[in-house]
Amino acid sequence: MALDRWIALILLSICLAYGYTAWFTMDAGLAPFMKRNPIWPSTFPKVLSILAVIACLVVLSGIEKSEPKEADIDYRRLHEYKLGQAIMLLGLMVAYALCLRPVGFIFSTTLFLFLGSFILGERKWILMITVALIATMVVWYLVQQVLGIYMRPLPGILGG
Amino acid sequence: MLEGLLIGLQTAMSFQNLAMVIAGCLIGTFIGMLPGLGPMSIIAIMIPVAISMGDPSAALILLAGVYYGAIFGGSTSSILLNAPGVAGTVASSFDGYPMAKKGKAGKALTIAAISSFAGGTIGAILLMIFAPMLSSVALLFHSAEYFALMVVGLSAIAAFAGTGQVAKAIIMTLFGLILATVGEGTLFSLPRFTGGIMDLQSGLGFITLAMAMFALPEALFLVLKPKETGSSGGEIKDLRITRSEARAIAPVIGRQSIQGFFIGVLPGAGATIASFLGYAVERNLATKEEQAEFGKGSIKGLAAPETANNAACTGSFVPLLTLGIPGSGTTAILLGALIALNVSPGPRLMIDEPQIFWAVIMSMFIGNLVLLVLNLPLIPYIAKVLSIPRNFLIPFILFFTLMGAYIGQNNATELLILVGFGICATALKFADYPLPPLLIGFILGGMLEDNFARSMQLYDGIAFIWERPMTLGLLAISLILLVLPSYRARRARYHADGVASGD
Repeated sequence: MALDRWIALILLSICLAYGYTAWFTMDAGLAPFMKRNPIWPSTFPKVLSILAVIACLVVLSGIEKSEPKEADIDYRRLHEYKLGQAIMLLGLMVAYALCLRPVGFIFSTTLFLFLGSFILGERKWILMITVALIATMVVWYLVQQVLGIYMRPLPGILGG
Repeated sequence: MLEGLLIGLQTAMSFQNLAMVIAGCLIGTFIGMLPGLGPMSIIAIMIPVAISMGDPSAALILLAGVYYGAIFGGSTSSILLNAPGVAGTVASSFDGYPMAKKGKAGKALTIAAISSFAGGTIGAILLMIFAPMLSSVALLFHSAEYFALMVVGLSAIAAFAGTGQVAKAIIMTLFGLILATVGEGTLFSLPRFTGGIMDLQSGLGFITLAMAMFALPEALFLVLKPKETGSSGGEIKDLRITRSEARAIAPVIGRQSIQGFFIGVLPGAGATIASFLGYAVERNLATKEEQAEFGKGSIKGLAAPETANNAACTGSFVPLLTLGIPGSGTTAILLGALIALNVSPGPRLMIDEPQIFWAVIMSMFIGNLVLLVLNLPLIPYIAKVLSIPRNFLIPFILFFTLMGAYIGQNNATELLILVGFGICATALKFADYPLPPLLIGFILGGMLEDNFARSMQLYDGIAFIWERPMTLGLLAISLILLVLPSYRARRARYHADGVASGD
């Protein structure tokens, strides 16, 4: 089975879970006065779940033929691409998300930009540090001073 | 009208207001270029500045300039990075990005600049003529019609986004709608599908989803498969467009400015629908060989959404200025700013304070001119983004993706959601599922449900569907839109198999 039909299967299961919530569990907490309303908070999701299940089944059963296109990246040979780099960058993004508040904007962003280019294979250390620092400072200045959005610049323990 | 124009010219031509237009356009262009910061967030950020000026016409002129600039800048990042920061420029990336990939980034940016200018200017002329008249047309629309109109919009997007894969596009649209139901619904403000997670209470952020659907998979693809970009893609030499190209896009610009303007007038429809519909219409109108070009770098496919979204931005001012009803999120923010300045937009605006109404219209002309004069010479510098080495560019794209999501919500959980959805989107992209319908479904989901709920309440059930002929007609159109492509594909297949067609 091709990947698109596997994905249709996964989406179908999501739709079924969504539909189950909409049809059977959501209305339990509804106050009596709400039940007199012609539309409930679950009405729209109920309609959506039915339509989505039908659409998923259409793709899953392969009723609609589609000519195979040459994709930009062939997922069957994914390991031949730089998968490691991609996964490491994703990990870095998660780490950044977790660090942004506790460690502060300036430190985590500099580190993110530095490590990002490191993962991609850059080894000009001075340039990497300079670019990361300047970019961090400029963005921080724009966001904090010009736009006035608060970003904790330094780690919490330093009173940032 | 002539008197009004003169009043407007007098107000808009003052030194302060001219400076406001230029400043607004510049700020809008630069910030709009950053993927993730859409016009809504920029205008929201600019509101304190505008209000502190104290002059309503200057404030509105500044904010309108920012709005245009943001749409304009958004198309630049769509073309160069395939990372649309604004929903209205998603359609521009369909053909703009392939052009940039082929090394024709300069030409793509020129076409975008010219189409935006033409769309904005023609839109402003139409606004001047139709603003008083159109208010009555928009008033005829009932929430049932809005609901049906959005269904038509969504089915058109689903029908045209997939290349012979309507079912996949429909799934994606429905998933967009499903994602839009996460969080507190308008009905009784009950939290839905949050799974008890507090961060989901306010729903998923549009910018987060947009980043996850477009910027992140694109960046990951760049990582997975290094392309021979760099020097060849970075040189923007071919800024001029040829006479034959100009002739090819002229009718597109003409049609799309008018169509985009009228779509922009309808509340709820707006730059996004206008650009997608414009793209779809032009694709259907094009000849067979031109149709094959669409999605691979067609100049018509770029000119159409660019013209339509700028015309629609202008059109969205009509309900704001004449009725006091904001048609889009952006104009809603503008409405808030005007009320803070003690101006109440509405039918009496033109009588009580004509200088505001006309100054805004005049500043639209000036703003469009500024954008054309400003952006065209700056294009080679803007396009320098492409010549940044990959090792530095990719971390920066990822960083701006994260920042855009973070600034919008100021919530670090949003970043985790972004990465999660980004991975899902990449998998969907591998399997050739079209992603734009998901985002559009998500954007329209809230409005669609609101209008559905409103008509259900007014008619105490779903009777509005058959009791209002206009609603029924629009829903029938959307059904035809969905069925027709697969019917045509089936017939074409039979035809290829040697089965004679009936007619």
